[in-house]
Amino acid sequence: MLCEKCKKNAATIFYQQIINGEKREYHICEECAVKMQNGVSFDTIFKGFLDSFIGMGSTGYTTQSSFSCPTCKLSFEAFKQTGKVGCADCYNAFKEQLVPVLKNIQGSIRHSGKLPKKAGAELYAKRELENLKNQLKKAVEKEEYEEAAKLRDRIRNLEGGGNNE
Amino acid sequence: MNKWYDSSETDENIVISSRIRLARNIKKYPFSQKLSEEQALKLIDEVKGSIKNANTYFGDSFDFININEKSNAEKYSLLENHSISQDLMEKDKPAGVLIKDDETISIMINEEDHIRIQTVFPGYNIEKAWDIADKIDNLIEENIDYAFDENYGYLTSCITNVGTGMRASFMIHIPLIEMFGQVENLSQAISKFGMTLRGIYGEGSEPLGGIYQISNQVTLGKSEKEIIEALKNVTNQIIEQEKELGNNLLKERKTELEDRVFRSYGILSNCRKISSKEAMKLLSDLRFGVITGMLNLKNKDINIYSIMMNIQPGNLIKYMNKSGNPDERDIQRASYIREKLGNA
Repeated sequence: MLCEKCKKNAATIFYQQIINGEKREYHICEECAVKMQNGVSFDTIFKGFLDSFIGMGSTGYTTQSSFSCPTCKLSFEAFKQTGKVGCADCYNAFKEQLVPVLKNIQGSIRHSGKLPKKAGAELYAKRELENLKNQLKKAVEKEEYEEAAKLRDRIRNLEGGGNNE
Repeated sequence: MNKWYDSSETDENIVISSRIRLARNIKKYPFSQKLSEEQALKLIDEVKGSIKNANTYFGDSFDFININEKSNAEKYSLLENHSISQDLMEKDKPAGVLIKDDETISIMINEEDHIRIQTVFPGYNIEKAWDIADKIDNLIEENIDYAFDENYGYLTSCITNVGTGMRASFMIHIPLIEMFGQVENLSQAISKFGMTLRGIYGEGSEPLGGIYQISNQVTLGKSEKEIIEALKNVTNQIIEQEKELGNNLLKERKTELEDRVFRSYGILSNCRKISSKEAMKLLSDLRFGVITGMLNLKNKDINIYSIMMNIQPGNLIKYMNKSGNPDERDIQRASYIREKLGNA
Protein backbone atom coordinates (compact mmCIF):
# COMPACT_ATOMS: atom_id res chain seq x y z
CA MET A 1 0.00 0.00 0.00
CA LEU A 2 1.27 3.46 -0.92
CA CYS A 3 1.46 6.33 1.60
CA GLU A 4 -1.75 8.35 1.50
CA LYS A 5 0.13 11.61 1.89
CA CYS A 6 3.02 11.58 -0.57
CA LYS A 7 1.74 8.67 -2.66
CA LYS A 8 5.38 7.76 -3.29
CA ASN A 9 6.69 5.56 -0.49
CA ALA A 10 5.21 2.43 0.97
CA ALA A 11 2.87 3.07 3.88
CA THR A 12 4.46 1.56 6.97
CA ILE A 13 2.74 3.58 9.67
CA PHE A 14 -0.84 3.62 10.76
CA TYR A 15 -1.87 7.07 12.00
CA GLN A 16 -5.04 7.87 13.91
CA GLN A 17 -6.43 11.32 14.41
CA ILE A 18 -9.41 12.20 16.53
CA ILE A 19 -11.26 15.45 15.94
CA ASN A 20 -14.39 16.11 17.95
CA GLY A 21 -14.55 12.46 18.83
CA GLU A 22 -14.48 11.41 15.19
CA LYS A 23 -11.73 9.05 14.28
CA ARG A 24 -9.78 9.36 11.01
CA GLU A 25 -7.21 6.83 9.97
CA TYR A 26 -4.28 7.21 7.65
CA HIS A 27 -1.71 4.84 6.26
CA ILE A 28 1.47 6.82 5.76
CA CYS A 29 5.20 6.42 5.25
CA GLU A 30 7.88 7.19 7.82
CA GLU A 31 8.95 10.39 6.10
CA CYS A 32 5.45 11.82 6.27
CA ALA A 33 5.06 10.67 9.85
CA VAL A 34 8.18 12.60 10.84
CA LYS A 35 6.82 15.66 9.05
CA MET A 36 3.57 15.31 10.96
CA GLN A 37 5.37 15.08 14.27
CA ASN A 38 7.35 18.17 13.42
CA GLY A 39 4.20 20.18 13.57
CA VAL A 40 3.20 20.46 9.94
CA SER A 41 0.54 17.87 10.50
CA PHE A 42 -2.28 20.10 9.47
CA ASP A 43 -0.85 20.94 6.05
CA THR A 44 -0.03 17.38 5.22
CA ILE A 45 -3.31 15.87 6.21
CA PHE A 46 -5.49 18.67 4.95
CA LYS A 47 -5.30 17.80 1.30
CA GLY A 48 -6.35 14.21 1.80
CA PHE A 49 -9.03 15.39 4.16
CA LEU A 50 -10.50 17.80 1.64
CA ASP A 51 -10.26 15.28 -1.17
CA SER A 52 -12.22 12.74 0.79
CA PHE A 53 -15.08 15.20 1.17
CA ILE A 54 -15.16 16.57 -2.30
CA GLY A 55 -14.86 13.13 -3.75
CA MET A 56 -17.96 12.11 -1.83
CA GLY A 57 -20.46 14.84 -2.38
CA SER A 58 -19.92 17.70 -4.73
CA THR A 59 -20.40 17.12 -8.43
CA GLY A 60 -18.27 18.63 -11.15
CA TYR A 61 -15.27 18.91 -8.88
CA THR A 62 -12.89 17.46 -11.44
CA THR A 63 -13.91 19.91 -14.12
CA GLN A 64 -13.75 22.80 -11.66
CA SER A 65 -10.50 21.92 -9.95
CA SER A 66 -8.55 24.62 -11.80
CA PHE A 67 -10.70 27.53 -10.65
CA SER A 68 -9.35 30.41 -8.60
CA CYS A 69 -10.52 33.14 -6.25
CA PRO A 70 -11.39 36.16 -8.43
CA THR A 71 -9.91 38.63 -5.93
CA CYS A 72 -6.52 37.23 -4.91
CA LYS A 73 -6.15 34.64 -7.72
CA LEU A 74 -5.37 31.82 -5.30
CA SER A 75 -6.21 28.60 -7.08
CA PHE A 76 -8.36 26.03 -5.39
CA GLU A 77 -5.55 23.53 -5.91
CA ALA A 78 -3.15 25.76 -3.96
CA PHE A 79 -5.71 26.19 -1.19
CA LYS A 80 -6.12 22.43 -0.98
CA GLN A 81 -2.40 21.97 -0.43
CA THR A 82 -2.26 24.14 2.67
CA GLY A 83 -5.81 24.73 3.91
CA LYS A 84 -4.96 28.43 3.97
CA VAL A 85 -6.98 31.00 2.04
CA GLY A 86 -5.44 34.00 0.25
CA CYS A 87 -7.98 36.66 1.16
CA ALA A 88 -11.38 37.25 2.75
CA ASP A 89 -13.16 36.65 -0.57
CA CYS A 90 -11.77 33.11 -0.85
CA TYR A 91 -14.40 32.07 1.68
CA ASN A 92 -17.05 32.95 -0.89
CA ALA A 93 -15.15 31.76 -3.93
CA PHE A 94 -14.62 28.28 -2.44
CA LYS A 95 -17.89 28.25 -0.52
CA GLU A 96 -19.35 25.12 -2.05
CA GLN A 97 -16.23 23.12 -1.24
CA LEU A 98 -15.63 24.73 2.14
CA VAL A 99 -19.00 24.25 3.78
CA PRO A 100 -18.81 20.45 4.18
CA VAL A 101 -15.21 20.67 5.38
CA LEU A 102 -16.02 23.38 7.91
CA LYS A 103 -18.98 21.37 9.15
CA ASN A 104 -16.70 18.47 9.76
CA ILE A 105 -13.75 20.30 11.32
CA GLN A 106 -15.78 22.81 13.28
CA GLY A 107 -19.10 21.03 13.70
CA SER A 108 -20.95 24.20 12.67
CA ILE A 109 -20.97 26.84 9.96
CA ARG A 110 -22.60 29.58 11.94
CA HIS A 111 -20.61 32.08 13.99
CA SER A 112 -22.21 32.89 17.32
CA GLY A 113 -19.37 34.69 19.07
CA LYS A 114 -18.21 38.28 19.26
CA LEU A 115 -19.21 40.76 16.56
CA PRO A 116 -16.90 43.56 15.51
CA LYS A 117 -18.23 46.95 16.62
CA LYS A 118 -18.17 48.57 13.20
CA ALA A 119 -18.97 45.77 10.76
CA GLY A 120 -21.27 44.18 13.29
CA ALA A 121 -23.73 46.97 14.13
CA GLU A 122 -26.43 45.65 11.80
CA LEU A 123 -25.72 42.09 12.84
CA TYR A 124 -26.30 42.93 16.48
CA ALA A 125 -29.87 43.92 15.62
CA LYS A 126 -30.34 40.89 13.44
CA ARG A 127 -29.12 38.54 16.13
CA GLU A 128 -31.35 40.21 18.71
CA LEU A 129 -34.31 39.66 16.39
CA GLU A 130 -33.49 35.97 15.95
CA ASN A 131 -33.11 35.63 19.67
CA LEU A 132 -36.55 37.19 20.31
CA LYS A 133 -38.17 34.97 17.69
CA ASN A 134 -36.73 31.92 19.41
CA GLN A 135 -38.05 33.11 22.75
CA LEU A 136 -41.46 33.72 21.17
CA LYS A 137 -41.55 30.20 19.81
CA LYS A 138 -40.73 28.79 23.22
CA ALA A 139 -43.32 31.00 24.93
CA VAL A 140 -46.02 29.81 22.54
CA GLU A 141 -45.01 26.19 23.06
CA LYS A 142 -45.31 26.66 26.80
CA GLU A 143 -48.61 28.49 26.29
CA GLU A 144 -47.32 31.59 28.05
CA TYR A 145 -49.43 33.93 25.97
CA GLU A 146 -48.87 37.11 27.96
CA GLU A 147 -45.11 36.75 27.54
CA ALA A 148 -45.61 35.85 23.87
CA ALA A 149 -47.60 39.02 23.25
CA LYS A 150 -44.83 41.14 24.77
CA LEU A 151 -42.21 39.41 22.66
CA ARG A 152 -44.32 39.82 19.52
CA ASP A 153 -44.54 43.56 20.14
CA ARG A 154 -40.78 43.83 20.57
CA ILE A 155 -40.23 41.88 17.36
CA ARG A 156 -42.64 44.16 15.45
CA ASN A 157 -40.83 47.14 16.84
CA LEU A 158 -37.44 45.90 15.68
CA GLU A 159 -38.69 44.77 12.28
CA GLY A 160 -40.41 48.09 11.69
CA GLY A 161 -37.12 49.85 12.43
CA GLY A 162 -38.64 51.29 15.57
CA ASN A 163 -41.66 52.88 13.84
CA ASN A 164 -44.83 51.54 15.33
CA GLU A 165 -47.47 51.86 12.68
CA MET B 1 9.44 45.53 35.35
CA ASN B 2 8.36 42.15 36.67
CA LYS B 3 7.21 39.69 34.03
CA TRP B 4 4.08 37.61 34.41
CA TYR B 5 6.12 34.41 34.78
CA ASP B 6 8.00 35.85 37.76
CA SER B 7 4.76 35.92 39.74
CA SER B 8 4.55 33.37 42.56
CA GLU B 9 1.07 32.54 41.23
CA THR B 10 2.67 30.36 38.54
CA ASP B 11 3.87 27.99 41.27
CA GLU B 12 0.77 27.73 43.40
CA ASN B 13 -1.26 25.14 41.62
CA ILE B 14 -1.54 22.68 38.78
CA VAL B 15 -2.46 25.51 36.41
CA ILE B 16 0.64 27.57 35.60
CA SER B 17 -0.91 30.15 33.33
CA SER B 18 -3.99 31.11 31.32
CA ARG B 19 -3.83 32.33 27.75
CA ILE B 20 -6.11 33.76 25.07
CA ARG B 21 -5.16 34.18 21.44
CA LEU B 22 -7.31 36.04 18.90
CA ALA B 23 -6.64 35.82 15.16
CA ARG B 24 -7.69 38.86 13.15
CA ASN B 25 -7.25 40.04 9.58
CA ILE B 26 -7.66 43.42 7.98
CA LYS B 27 -10.38 43.67 5.36
CA LYS B 28 -8.51 45.77 2.80
CA TYR B 29 -5.39 43.60 2.58
CA PRO B 30 -4.97 40.12 1.10
CA PHE B 31 -4.07 37.49 3.69
CA SER B 32 -0.54 36.56 4.65
CA GLN B 33 0.40 34.29 1.72
CA LYS B 34 -0.76 36.86 -0.87
CA LEU B 35 0.50 39.95 0.94
CA SER B 36 3.18 41.97 -0.88
CA GLU B 37 6.21 43.26 0.98
CA GLU B 38 4.98 46.83 0.59
CA GLN B 39 1.56 45.95 1.98
CA ALA B 40 3.16 44.04 4.83
CA LEU B 41 5.14 47.15 5.83
CA LYS B 42 2.07 49.40 5.67
CA LEU B 43 0.09 46.93 7.70
CA ILE B 44 2.74 46.89 10.43
CA ASP B 45 2.58 50.69 10.67
CA GLU B 46 -1.20 50.70 10.93
CA VAL B 47 -1.38 48.09 13.68
CA LYS B 48 1.54 49.65 15.54
CA GLY B 49 -0.20 53.02 15.31
CA SER B 50 -3.46 51.68 16.69
CA ILE B 51 -1.66 50.67 19.89
CA LYS B 52 1.15 53.19 20.20
CA ASN B 53 -1.13 56.19 19.53
CA ALA B 54 -3.93 54.91 21.78
CA ASN B 55 -3.01 56.95 24.82
CA THR B 56 0.46 57.80 25.98
CA TYR B 57 0.55 55.69 29.10
CA PHE B 58 -0.82 52.50 27.58
CA GLY B 59 0.91 52.89 24.23
CA ASP B 60 4.26 53.58 25.90
CA SER B 61 4.15 50.30 27.76
CA PHE B 62 4.54 48.44 24.45
CA ASP B 63 7.79 47.79 22.63
CA PHE B 64 7.82 46.98 18.95
CA ILE B 65 10.26 44.30 17.90
CA ASN B 66 11.10 43.95 14.23
CA ILE B 67 11.49 40.21 13.91
CA ASN B 68 13.58 40.38 10.73
CA GLU B 69 16.31 42.31 12.55
CA LYS B 70 16.71 39.87 15.43
CA SER B 71 19.39 37.21 15.80
CA ASN B 72 18.41 33.57 16.04
CA ALA B 73 19.13 33.43 19.76
CA GLU B 74 16.96 36.48 20.39
CA LYS B 75 14.14 34.94 18.38
CA TYR B 76 14.42 31.69 20.32
CA SER B 77 14.32 33.60 23.57
CA LEU B 78 11.05 35.30 22.50
CA LEU B 79 9.69 31.91 21.49
CA GLU B 80 10.69 30.29 24.78
CA ASN B 81 8.91 33.07 26.68
CA HIS B 82 5.82 32.43 24.51
CA SER B 83 5.85 36.00 23.20
CA ILE B 84 6.04 34.86 19.58
CA SER B 85 5.17 31.72 17.65
CA GLN B 86 7.35 29.42 15.59
CA ASP B 87 5.59 30.74 12.50
CA LEU B 88 6.54 34.35 13.23
CA MET B 89 10.09 33.37 14.10
CA GLU B 90 10.57 31.85 10.66
CA LYS B 91 9.05 34.75 8.68
CA ASP B 92 11.20 36.33 6.00
CA LYS B 93 8.53 38.88 5.04
CA PRO B 94 8.25 42.06 7.15
CA ALA B 95 6.86 40.96 10.50
CA GLY B 96 7.02 41.99 14.10
CA VAL B 97 5.53 41.91 17.53
CA LEU B 98 4.31 44.48 20.03
CA ILE B 99 5.08 43.31 23.56
CA LYS B 100 3.84 44.90 26.75
CA ASP B 101 6.52 45.55 29.39
CA ASP B 102 5.28 42.78 31.72
CA GLU B 103 4.85 40.42 28.73
CA THR B 104 1.15 39.81 29.54
CA ILE B 105 0.14 41.10 26.10
CA SER B 106 1.80 40.45 22.78
CA ILE B 107 0.44 41.39 19.39
CA MET B 108 2.07 39.57 16.51
CA ILE B 109 1.85 41.30 13.15
CA ASN B 110 2.05 39.42 9.84
CA GLU B 111 2.12 35.97 11.30
CA GLU B 112 -0.20 33.43 9.61
CA ASP B 113 -2.88 36.07 10.21
CA HIS B 114 -2.36 39.83 9.99
CA ILE B 115 -2.90 40.24 13.70
CA ARG B 116 -2.59 37.77 16.54
CA ILE B 117 -3.50 39.21 19.91
CA GLN B 118 -2.22 37.15 22.79
CA THR B 119 -2.78 37.67 26.49
CA VAL B 120 -1.36 35.53 29.26
CA PHE B 121 -1.72 35.68 33.03
CA PRO B 122 -0.22 33.54 35.78
CA GLY B 123 -2.45 30.95 37.42
CA TYR B 124 -6.10 30.19 36.78
CA ASN B 125 -7.13 33.53 35.25
CA ILE B 126 -8.65 32.75 31.89
CA GLU B 127 -11.52 35.27 32.27
CA LYS B 128 -9.05 38.05 32.92
CA ALA B 129 -7.03 36.99 29.87
CA TRP B 130 -10.20 37.07 27.75
CA ASP B 131 -11.29 40.42 29.13
CA ILE B 132 -7.97 42.06 28.24
CA ALA B 133 -7.77 40.41 24.80
CA ASP B 134 -11.31 41.58 24.08
CA LYS B 135 -10.39 45.16 25.01
CA ILE B 136 -7.22 45.16 22.92
CA ASP B 137 -9.29 43.79 20.03
CA ASN B 138 -11.76 46.69 20.38
CA LEU B 139 -8.93 49.19 20.60
CA ILE B 140 -7.34 47.99 17.36
CA GLU B 141 -10.74 47.98 15.68
CA GLU B 142 -11.14 51.71 16.32
CA ASN B 143 -8.69 52.33 13.49
CA ILE B 144 -8.98 49.17 11.43
CA ASP B 145 -11.77 47.33 9.60
CA TYR B 146 -11.59 43.61 10.23
CA ALA B 147 -12.35 40.89 7.70
CA PHE B 148 -15.62 39.54 9.03
CA ASP B 149 -18.49 37.51 7.64
CA GLU B 150 -21.96 37.18 9.09
CA ASN B 151 -21.91 33.38 8.86
CA TYR B 152 -18.24 32.53 9.26
CA GLY B 153 -17.36 35.21 11.81
CA TYR B 154 -13.79 36.55 11.87
CA LEU B 155 -12.10 35.35 8.69
CA THR B 156 -8.70 33.76 9.13
CA SER B 157 -5.97 32.40 6.86
CA CYS B 158 -6.47 28.89 8.08
CA ILE B 159 -10.00 27.56 8.21
CA THR B 160 -9.32 25.88 11.54
CA ASN B 161 -9.35 29.31 13.20
CA VAL B 162 -12.36 30.90 11.52
CA GLY B 163 -15.27 32.12 13.66
CA THR B 164 -14.13 33.48 16.98
CA GLY B 165 -10.50 33.23 15.88
CA MET B 166 -9.93 32.36 19.50
CA ARG B 167 -7.67 29.80 21.08
CA ALA B 168 -8.11 29.69 24.85
CA SER B 169 -5.61 27.63 26.78
CA PHE B 170 -4.29 26.66 30.17
CA MET B 171 -0.72 25.65 30.76
CA ILE B 172 -0.88 22.80 33.23
CA HIS B 173 1.66 20.76 35.16
CA ILE B 174 0.53 17.14 35.44
CA PRO B 175 3.61 15.12 36.40
CA LEU B 176 1.62 12.23 37.90
CA ILE B 177 -0.71 11.72 34.96
CA GLU B 178 2.47 11.70 32.87
CA MET B 179 4.28 9.34 35.23
CA PHE B 180 1.43 6.85 35.00
CA GLY B 181 1.53 6.96 31.20
CA GLN B 182 -1.99 8.38 31.00
CA VAL B 183 -1.32 11.40 28.77
CA GLU B 184 -2.33 9.58 25.60
CA ASN B 185 -5.62 8.43 27.12
CA LEU B 186 -6.31 11.88 28.47
CA SER B 187 -5.60 13.41 25.11
CA GLN B 188 -8.10 11.12 23.42
CA ALA B 189 -10.73 11.69 26.07
CA ILE B 190 -10.60 15.49 25.87
CA SER B 191 -10.69 15.46 22.07
CA LYS B 192 -14.27 14.28 22.42
CA PHE B 193 -15.02 17.66 23.95
CA GLY B 194 -13.31 19.58 21.14
CA MET B 195 -10.11 20.15 23.14
CA THR B 196 -6.50 19.27 22.42
CA LEU B 197 -3.43 18.65 24.53
CA ARG B 198 0.01 19.76 23.38
CA GLY B 199 3.54 19.99 24.73
CA ILE B 200 4.85 23.11 26.45
CA TYR B 201 5.83 24.81 23.21
CA GLY B 202 2.64 24.16 21.28
CA GLU B 203 1.91 22.20 18.17
CA GLY B 204 4.36 19.40 17.49
CA SER B 205 6.56 20.23 20.46
CA GLU B 206 7.90 17.61 22.79
CA PRO B 207 6.38 17.46 26.27
CA LEU B 208 8.89 18.66 28.82
CA GLY B 209 8.71 18.38 32.59
CA GLY B 210 5.09 17.26 32.75
CA ILE B 211 3.92 20.57 31.32
CA TYR B 212 1.14 20.61 28.75
CA GLN B 213 -1.13 23.10 27.08
CA ILE B 214 -4.81 22.33 26.85
CA SER B 215 -6.82 24.36 24.37
CA ASN B 216 -10.02 24.46 22.35
CA GLN B 217 -9.93 22.94 18.89
CA VAL B 218 -13.22 24.30 17.60
CA THR B 219 -13.58 28.01 16.83
CA LEU B 220 -16.86 28.23 14.90
CA GLY B 221 -20.41 27.88 16.20
CA LYS B 222 -19.70 28.53 19.88
CA SER B 223 -19.32 31.88 21.58
CA GLU B 224 -16.08 32.87 23.32
CA LYS B 225 -17.76 32.49 26.72
CA GLU B 226 -19.03 29.00 25.84
CA ILE B 227 -15.59 27.92 24.64
CA ILE B 228 -13.99 29.23 27.83
CA GLU B 229 -16.58 27.48 30.01
CA ALA B 230 -16.02 24.18 28.19
CA LEU B 231 -12.25 24.56 28.55
CA LYS B 232 -12.62 25.25 32.27
CA ASN B 233 -14.84 22.22 32.78
CA VAL B 234 -12.43 19.87 31.04
CA THR B 235 -9.42 21.38 32.80
CA ASN B 236 -11.11 21.12 36.21
CA GLN B 237 -11.55 17.40 35.59
CA ILE B 238 -7.87 17.03 34.78
CA ILE B 239 -6.91 18.95 37.93
CA GLU B 240 -9.11 16.62 39.99
CA GLN B 241 -7.51 13.54 38.42
CA GLU B 242 -3.99 14.81 39.05
CA LYS B 243 -4.89 15.71 42.65
CA GLU B 244 -6.50 12.34 43.28
CA LEU B 245 -3.43 10.52 41.99
CA GLY B 246 -1.35 12.71 44.30
CA ASN B 247 -3.51 11.97 47.35
CA ASN B 248 -3.47 8.24 46.73
CA LEU B 249 0.26 8.17 46.19
CA LEU B 250 0.90 10.26 49.28
CA LYS B 251 -1.13 7.79 51.31
CA GLU B 252 0.41 4.64 49.92
CA ARG B 253 3.91 5.52 48.77
CA LYS B 254 4.81 8.70 50.58
CA THR B 255 8.43 7.76 51.18
CA GLU B 256 9.07 6.90 47.53
CA LEU B 257 7.59 10.22 46.45
CA GLU B 258 9.58 12.18 49.01
CA ASP B 259 12.68 10.33 48.02
CA ARG B 260 12.19 11.27 44.40
CA VAL B 261 11.52 14.94 45.17
CA PHE B 262 14.51 15.28 47.50
CA ARG B 263 16.85 13.39 45.18
CA SER B 264 15.87 15.73 42.37
CA TYR B 265 16.46 18.69 44.67
CA GLY B 266 19.84 17.22 45.57
CA ILE B 267 20.93 16.86 41.97
CA LEU B 268 19.66 20.30 40.95
CA SER B 269 21.39 22.08 43.81
CA ASN B 270 24.71 20.27 43.28
CA CYS B 271 25.04 19.50 39.59
CA ARG B 272 27.88 20.99 37.57
CA LYS B 273 26.56 20.18 34.10
CA ILE B 274 22.99 19.42 33.05
CA SER B 275 20.95 19.12 29.81
CA SER B 276 17.69 21.02 29.51
CA LYS B 277 15.77 17.77 29.23
CA GLU B 278 17.12 16.37 32.50
CA ALA B 279 16.73 19.72 34.22
CA MET B 280 13.08 19.96 33.16
CA LYS B 281 12.38 16.51 34.55
CA LEU B 282 13.99 17.29 37.89
CA LEU B 283 12.40 20.75 38.11
CA SER B 284 9.07 19.07 37.50
CA ASP B 285 9.68 16.90 40.60
CA LEU B 286 10.66 20.01 42.53
CA ARG B 287 7.50 21.86 41.53
CA PHE B 288 5.43 18.85 42.60
CA GLY B 289 7.24 18.82 45.95
CA VAL B 290 6.58 22.52 46.53
CA ILE B 291 2.90 22.39 45.54
CA THR B 292 2.16 19.40 47.76
CA GLY B 293 4.01 21.02 50.65
CA MET B 294 6.53 18.17 50.78
CA LEU B 295 9.44 20.47 50.12
CA ASN B 296 9.93 23.83 51.79
CA LEU B 297 12.43 25.89 49.90
CA LYS B 298 14.27 28.28 52.18
CA ASN B 299 14.16 31.05 49.63
CA LYS B 300 10.47 31.88 49.13
CA ASP B 301 11.19 33.98 46.04
CA ILE B 302 12.23 30.99 43.97
CA ASN B 303 9.98 30.64 40.98
CA ILE B 304 10.30 27.21 39.45
CA TYR B 305 8.34 27.91 36.29
CA SER B 306 10.49 30.95 35.58
CA ILE B 307 13.64 28.81 36.05
CA MET B 308 12.14 26.29 33.58
CA MET B 309 11.82 29.02 30.96
CA ASN B 310 15.20 30.57 31.63
CA ILE B 311 17.16 27.34 31.18
CA GLN B 312 15.90 26.84 27.61
CA PRO B 313 18.73 27.20 25.07
CA GLY B 314 17.71 30.61 23.62
CA ASN B 315 17.15 32.28 26.98
CA LEU B 316 20.39 30.81 28.31
CA ILE B 317 22.37 32.23 25.39
CA LYS B 318 20.78 35.62 26.05
CA TYR B 319 21.70 35.34 29.73
CA MET B 320 25.26 34.18 29.01
CA ASN B 321 25.59 36.87 26.39
CA LYS B 322 27.33 34.46 24.03
CA SER B 323 26.19 31.39 22.18
CA GLY B 324 28.81 28.88 23.31
CA ASN B 325 28.57 25.19 22.46
CA PRO B 326 26.02 22.80 23.98
CA ASP B 327 28.61 21.62 26.55
CA GLU B 328 29.22 25.15 27.79
CA ARG B 329 25.48 25.73 27.91
CA ASP B 330 25.00 22.63 30.08
CA ILE B 331 27.61 23.95 32.49
CA GLN B 332 26.05 27.41 32.50
CA ARG B 333 22.60 25.88 33.03
CA ALA B 334 23.81 23.94 36.06
CA SER B 335 25.37 27.02 37.59
CA TYR B 336 22.26 29.12 36.91
CA ILE B 337 20.04 26.54 38.66
CA ARG B 338 22.43 26.24 41.63
CA GLU B 339 22.48 29.99 41.98
CA LYS B 340 18.68 30.19 41.87
CA LEU B 341 18.34 27.42 44.46
CA GLY B 342 20.79 29.25 46.66
CA ASN B 343 23.66 26.78 46.37
CA ALA B 344 26.08 28.60 44.13
